[in-house]
Amino acid sequence: MAMKIGEDKFFERVDKGVQNTFMRNAVVSAQERMQGKRLAAVEELGNWEEWRKLGEEIRTHTLENIDYYLEQLSENVTKRGGHVFFASTKEEANEYISKVAKEKRAKKVVKSKSMVTEEINLNAALEKAGCEVIETDLGEYILQLDDHDPPSHIVVPALHKNKEQIRDTFKEKRGYDKSEIPEELALFAREQLRQEFLSADLGITGCNFAVAESGSISLVTNEGNAGLVTALPKTQITVMGMERIVPTWEELDILVSLLCRSSVGQKLTSYITGLTGPKDEGDVDGPEEFHLVIVDNGRSNILGTEFQSALNCIRCAACVNVCPVYRHIGGHSYGSIYAGPIGAVLTPLLGGYEDYKELPYASSLCAACTDACPVKIPLHELLIKHRRKIVEDEKKSPFAEKLAMKGYQLAASSPSLYKAGTKSASTVMAPFTQSNSIQKGPGPMKPWTDVRDFPAPNKERFRDWYKKREKGEE
Amino acid sequence: MKVSLFITCLADVFYSNVGKHTVELLEKLGCEVDFPEQQTCCGQPAYNSGYHKETKEVAKHMIRTFEDSDYVVGPSGSCVAMLREYGHLFENEPAWKEKAEKLASKSFELTQFIVEVLKVENVNASLPACATYHKSCHMTRLLGVKDAPGKLLDHVEGLEVKPLPNSQDCCGFGGTFSVKMVPISEQMVDEKVQHVEETGADILIGADCGCLMNIGGRINRKGKPIKVMHIAEVLNSEVK
Repeated sequence: MAMKIGEDKFFERVDKGVQNTFMRNAVVSAQERMQGKRLAAVEELGNWEEWRKLGEEIRTHTLENIDYYLEQLSENVTKRGGHVFFASTKEEANEYISKVAKEKRAKKVVKSKSMVTEEINLNAALEKAGCEVIETDLGEYILQLDDHDPPSHIVVPALHKNKEQIRDTFKEKRGYDKSEIPEELALFAREQLRQEFLSADLGITGCNFAVAESGSISLVTNEGNAGLVTALPKTQITVMGMERIVPTWEELDILVSLLCRSSVGQKLTSYITGLTGPKDEGDVDGPEEFHLVIVDNGRSNILGTEFQSALNCIRCAACVNVCPVYRHIGGHSYGSIYAGPIGAVLTPLLGGYEDYKELPYASSLCAACTDACPVKIPLHELLIKHRRKIVEDEKKSPFAEKLAMKGYQLAASSPSLYKAGTKSASTVMAPFTQSNSIQKGPGPMKPWTDVRDFPAPNKERFRDWYKKREKGEE
Repeated sequence: MKVSLFITCLADVFYSNVGKHTVELLEKLGCEVDFPEQQTCCGQPAYNSGYHKETKEVAKHMIRTFEDSDYVVGPSGSCVAMLREYGHLFENEPAWKEKAEKLASKSFELTQFIVEVLKVENVNASLPACATYHKSCHMTRLLGVKDAPGKLLDHVEGLEVKPLPNSQDCCGFGGTFSVKMVPISEQMVDEKVQHVEETGADILIGADCGCLMNIGGRINRKGKPIKVMHIAEVLNSEVK
């Protein structure tokens, strides 16, 4: 599955989302649970705004000096016996990883959860190279079994499924014969996966943050699967987006605190793993060979632009969990593995406006996302910047809209035109008005009145009343 | 205190009552009000749609209109937040940027002005009714006005204000969003109406005509017996 999911057009996807009651109920209850946990965890920490400011400063500093830190990271990984590969494109990344798999004659690959490997469609490349790939994060495992259903949430990829659907998938694909109780489902998955861990040749992980000063990678999980992926197979490949980097362990501490609290409302997750290179002599576990693949895939084009702060994202999904648009349409409607507000900002940057020109408009600009972001990405402002770019630089806005906005500018910057226009409004709208409201509006009003009444313009505008009052006529 | 009214285009054309109550309320509180009649719209529809060249012209006009005012007060958090945004439009024009920032520093939403500038929490209104209050996103999050409306409503004699479930969620207006993304906006406003109904309140109060037009429009379409009032009307109510 690549970043783009499905071939349906935007409004077809939205309609499917809106009509999917199962999914919507799951999203609503997950959002409410996660919002509550996040707020409690944030309050408990205290001085949240100070923490956010610190998070933003760390991310901004790192991105502004990304060349330096990438070089430092690369040197330190190499020093510890690891291999580093910089991939400019997804093709380069997949080619390198496939080459390593072939060299190792890897038949079975176990993976822990990673969005960047979804983005570059790594599983398909590995399968082409003759490997069997097994997702070991429970959510990802469920999706993989269910005919490679794409993730619908950055942190909880199978959020759109309920436990009955999961039970049916296990039953159909793996002969599961127990109930839909979550503990039973999880136990079954664990038993299935245990054998895979033991017999895997290659382990692939994502990377929450790489620590430049020591050449380490860190992984934040609740299931412990990343620990097994990195402990058992002889070869480990870690894939990271080039921006997922911190200068030292001190900044890692702060960002992991922000991540866990914002994402799942926990102080820390069950497992926070730090790994530095392949195993040393005398180590009881760990890979003999370690590769770090640093993926650009369009990210460096964002550096230095008005969208740079989008790269501050630490993939916590706090913005997704508060978004009222995501709440009603679900993740798949975004047509990208990156859903929700950060998805609406990032996807057009990485995937282009041709496929994703609607996403910046799929927001009421309510700014709940901006408020929730632990590293202060001004998400709703970035959506407005996308819109400006689409209109003014790309010139992709509809002709009728351009005309309307030109008319608006003329009227709103010329008081006489404005006054004449508003004065005639009630007369113009009179034929459409019934008992003080408009139920079937003409032209551009139609979409509004398809679902709502529109108020009829007042016969006496405020300014008319005010003038009369000044003259003492009221 | 001299106050220039920024009535907003929606109130001027569709909700002139909101403007009238704003005038009366401010006068009651001892303000000397004037209405610079050159004023039009704040430019938000164009700005949020990405038409920033067009917005600049509108912003320049509004900056000129209120250049000599001491305070600019409007009955809409969203439109006032837009006045405060103008600075961003003139990053490369220092003279205009300075003027924009001057306007921003003297512009207030109505309830914010009453509580923060006039330092009044009790406006001696009375309205025996059961209501719920819709927090507008732009007013709460962009302008940062969180407590003022509640403080003022708490002092309205006879008014019971029920908490609105999921009050942090947007009503689905979002300006052009409401017409460009109808299927999504419809779901959002439906959920909002459902939450309003759950409170059992007879009146929905809001501080922004845009949100009220959206929620009220859906309430009307569905034939629900809920009255929609702007907070200026409530604060200017007197039941003897």
